[in-house]
Amino acid sequence: MNSLPPYLSIPERIWHYTFWIICGAVLFFLIFPLLVIVPLSFNEVPFFTFTKKMLAFDPDGYSLQWYNDFFTSLNWQGAVRNSVFIAFFATIISTFLGTLASLGLSRPQMPYRTLIMSLLISPMIVPLIISAAGMFFFYSRIGLQGTHLGVILAHAALGTPFVVITVTATLTGFDNNLIRASQSLGATPTTTFFKVIVPLITPGVISGALFAFVTSFDEVVVVLFVGSYKQRTIPWQMFSGIREQISPTILAAATLLILLTIAMLTTLELLRRRTERLRGVTPS
Amino acid sequence: MNNFMRNMTATAVIAMFGFAGQAMSTELVVVSWGGAYTASQQNAYHAPYMKKNPGIKIINDDSAGSAVAKLRAMKQAGNTTWDLVDAVASDAMMLCDEGLIDEIDHDSALAAGADGSSATEDFGDFIVSPCFIPQIVYSTTFGYRKDKVSKPMTSVCDVFDLKTFPGKRSLEKKPINNMEWALICDGVSPSKVYDVLETDAGVSQAFAKLDTIKSKVVWWTAGAQTPQLLADGEVVVGSTYNGRLFALIEEQKQPVAMLWDWQVFDLDGWVVPTGGKNKAETMKYLKFATDTQRLADQAKFISYGPTRASSAPLVGKHAKLGIAMAPHMPTDPNNAKTTLLFNYEFWADNRDDLDAKFNAWLLK
Amino acid sequence: MEKIKENIPLVTADGTPLKISLARAQRRSKIVAFMMVFPLLLFITIAFIGPIADMLMLSIDNTIVKEILPKSTEALQSWDEYSGELPDEAVFAAIVADIKKAKATKQHTKIGSRFNYESSGFSSLFRKTGRNVKKIKTPPYKEALIKSDKRWGEIYTWQVIKQNSSSYTDGYYLAASDYKREFSSGNIKSLESKDSIYLKLFFRTIVLSSLITFLTFVIGFPLSYMLSQVSTRISNILIIFVLLPFWTSLLVRTTSWIALLQQEGVINDFLILVGFINEEGRLAMIHNATGTVVAMTHILLPFMILPLFSVMKTIPKSYVRAAVSLGAHPWKAFWKVYFPNTGPGIGAGSILVFILAIGYYITPALVGGSSGTFISNRIAYHISSSLNWGLGAALGVILLGIVLALFMLYDRIVGIDNMKLG
Repeated sequence: MNSLPPYLSIPERIWHYTFWIICGAVLFFLIFPLLVIVPLSFNEVPFFTFTKKMLAFDPDGYSLQWYNDFFTSLNWQGAVRNSVFIAFFATIISTFLGTLASLGLSRPQMPYRTLIMSLLISPMIVPLIISAAGMFFFYSRIGLQGTHLGVILAHAALGTPFVVITVTATLTGFDNNLIRASQSLGATPTTTFFKVIVPLITPGVISGALFAFVTSFDEVVVVLFVGSYKQRTIPWQMFSGIREQISPTILAAATLLILLTIAMLTTLELLRRRTERLRGVTPS
Repeated sequence: MNNFMRNMTATAVIAMFGFAGQAMSTELVVVSWGGAYTASQQNAYHAPYMKKNPGIKIINDDSAGSAVAKLRAMKQAGNTTWDLVDAVASDAMMLCDEGLIDEIDHDSALAAGADGSSATEDFGDFIVSPCFIPQIVYSTTFGYRKDKVSKPMTSVCDVFDLKTFPGKRSLEKKPINNMEWALICDGVSPSKVYDVLETDAGVSQAFAKLDTIKSKVVWWTAGAQTPQLLADGEVVVGSTYNGRLFALIEEQKQPVAMLWDWQVFDLDGWVVPTGGKNKAETMKYLKFATDTQRLADQAKFISYGPTRASSAPLVGKHAKLGIAMAPHMPTDPNNAKTTLLFNYEFWADNRDDLDAKFNAWLLK
Repeated sequence: MEKIKENIPLVTADGTPLKISLARAQRRSKIVAFMMVFPLLLFITIAFIGPIADMLMLSIDNTIVKEILPKSTEALQSWDEYSGELPDEAVFAAIVADIKKAKATKQHTKIGSRFNYESSGFSSLFRKTGRNVKKIKTPPYKEALIKSDKRWGEIYTWQVIKQNSSSYTDGYYLAASDYKREFSSGNIKSLESKDSIYLKLFFRTIVLSSLITFLTFVIGFPLSYMLSQVSTRISNILIIFVLLPFWTSLLVRTTSWIALLQQEGVINDFLILVGFINEEGRLAMIHNATGTVVAMTHILLPFMILPLFSVMKTIPKSYVRAAVSLGAHPWKAFWKVYFPNTGPGIGAGSILVFILAIGYYITPALVGGSSGTFISNRIAYHISSSLNWGLGAALGVILLGIVLALFMLYDRIVGIDNMKLG
């Protein structure tokens, strides 16, 4: 990046450049499979292959039919609605309960801390197939199988460990003197909570909420077991697009989601830079 | 922040209502297998029915693959959300025995044949269970890449011939059908195949034959996989349901040819879950969807044979492609020179056992 | 200075002794803390732990036999299964009565399937008997039943029924560990190696998951290190490269790997283009263990990078500089000073990747062929297709046991509190 210090020996220089090549290769490995999806989503035939026409860049080999299918198909419209609906409510439940629990767990007087922490993280530890099977049997018994509520509860349970972990991590660095200071200045516990604690833990809460949202949005195993057709989510549609019918529409959906994610991440970064500029804080 | 909370709550409430407020029409949930098959049912049965009965809305659920497990779970929960399920005959027998689906009086519930025969006469032997309403005859058979073989494949034993036909094969990840084909190609007389399979020696014989091609086999679990593999050229020959091969050859124009030798017939049909919420409407729909003309109509969209004898002469041309469908039916005499009928008794008894052995063999 | 009398206890402003006040305040804090945790605990217990425990019960539950064959199981208690003689008429009468009732309530094939898991042939036996039992109206039932199906005249049939009558069964666990009970002698035998699948699958799952964890570590560590060293601006841009795959659906990433790794796929085509291999030598990178490892390494890489990154960010750069200024070679400084500090990150990342890898079943199902499938595939198969829920549950319990053991090990070495996800 910056020019290398002049005192580095030759092996060190070689290592420096090798290191950057390795990192570049890893980044390529991460991104390349995603890039492959984009041209495949314009495939003219309903297969997940690069046809000869496509490789020759023949315009006949390309078509927008899958994007068309995605936007007009009732299945996909329902899937998008369900995905957003379920992920939204699951995230709200897991963020709320998770943050509350983290606040309680981080208090030094919390009894049985390690045991309870283990229980709360268990949804992340238990292999997904077991969670899905267990929830399938249990929810069937109590009549929640095949309902929106059932899927929302299941996803909320799967998302809480992420919230708990990120918020407790944020709270370990929390300086309790700030609470005492605010109380000594006359603030009630509620005011302290909202005006001192919340702003400081917000980054951790949002980070956890994002993990929980993604967990629910991308979750396929549990929703296949616990849900029914009415709760079909985007991953459900994609799964059936790979197995039951060969439908590159899932690639169109994926490309759109990738574009959406890039847009969102870029916006966040630009906002962050703007806040920095306004505050006059220099980045570390 | 107060504004924000207010807006969020409002959105949430509206979203809730959006989902709570269902349509005024009756919704029938019909469970099937997805892809071209569901599309053919949509075109031949659901769409015409909905046109005639505007108060009914038919919803397609593609989870027939896990239907048995889900039906059991729904019974336990006391909340059956499905109205009609498309099931293969063996599953229908299992579900019927467990009391999860209704017994049907075929003569009163279904329409008489257009040639005057009663429903039971028209469907004949295909009514393998009192709960089963036959719909189509389909077969599991092979398709191969015309352009990747030195000469056309004519016998199912060509699949086991790696010298003349090198390359990968795709077979279903189940012992069903594979064991029978292995034995037939190892010299066992087709009429004795199931007797031989009942013995341990017979099972070993079948596995030994399959061992000769094992390293070259890609195992599929869903019907869409073999067409994908054939189109990619990943496999030279692969087994799947004949309707999928028809779509691959005629609609997607891939260079694939059919290998009908020793195709295995099976039946697919409708079953009515007990505890379904719209029984009267479902039975009305069934009467329409299984009459002579409808079954013949389905053949316009997919190459599966209608189970009614009265429908056979009405099978016409493909709705989109305009080609005559009769020669593509598994029941057509040209295709049906050598066939096996799925042995329900045998597999009902031995499926669990052979399945465990098959999976152990796969792992070796 | 005044001498402080030693036996006057300290009091708080309102006069209560300090000890009691303190204890009271601490108890209050404890209760408040617990009340905050309680809602989530309750939720997780009902929505998650309850279901898992419920499933665990399925793995030993055998009450179905007593439910459907109550008279027979009771009558069989007095029969000695090793005596070499068939049970007496009372037992036959009992079973005829039970099967008649079972047929009426449509339970007879369920019980047949249950026994079929232990010994094949019982499905057909009960189905056939169910059909014919209405013809058996008067005693003697023994001859009539044996006439309807000669298997009722075999001692083995009765041995199987008797040895599987209790409310709880170990049959599923035996099957899950590749053992079976020999009903003619009551002994437990291990299955022959050609029939034993589960131990092999467990072994393969653990081995492949360890390999995947190792690979994600080797690949992810350099990248995390680089991300932690560059400026925030650049790291925020580059982290997009990590988050984007993370947020792309697992199914889509798997499909893309299928297109890449196939024999006729992109990678093989590219290798032929540059001349590494020729047409006949196309690599088989999919539908085998290689496919599973490559695809899952890619999918789980972000789970290793993010914890590593968040821990590395907190390591002050001054540590390494201090070590170097004290005379250590940069490599030594790295290994002795920096690397140990990344321990919690490595621990969190590894345990996360390993546990996720063990539990995945969709990716191995799509790209693993037959040599790259995991135990979770079999569990899913038993739940949705073969409907042997008892066996699926038993396999699940064993898998869960392995995971919990590993997690406790992790807790001992690294500590759960040190988990960070960035």
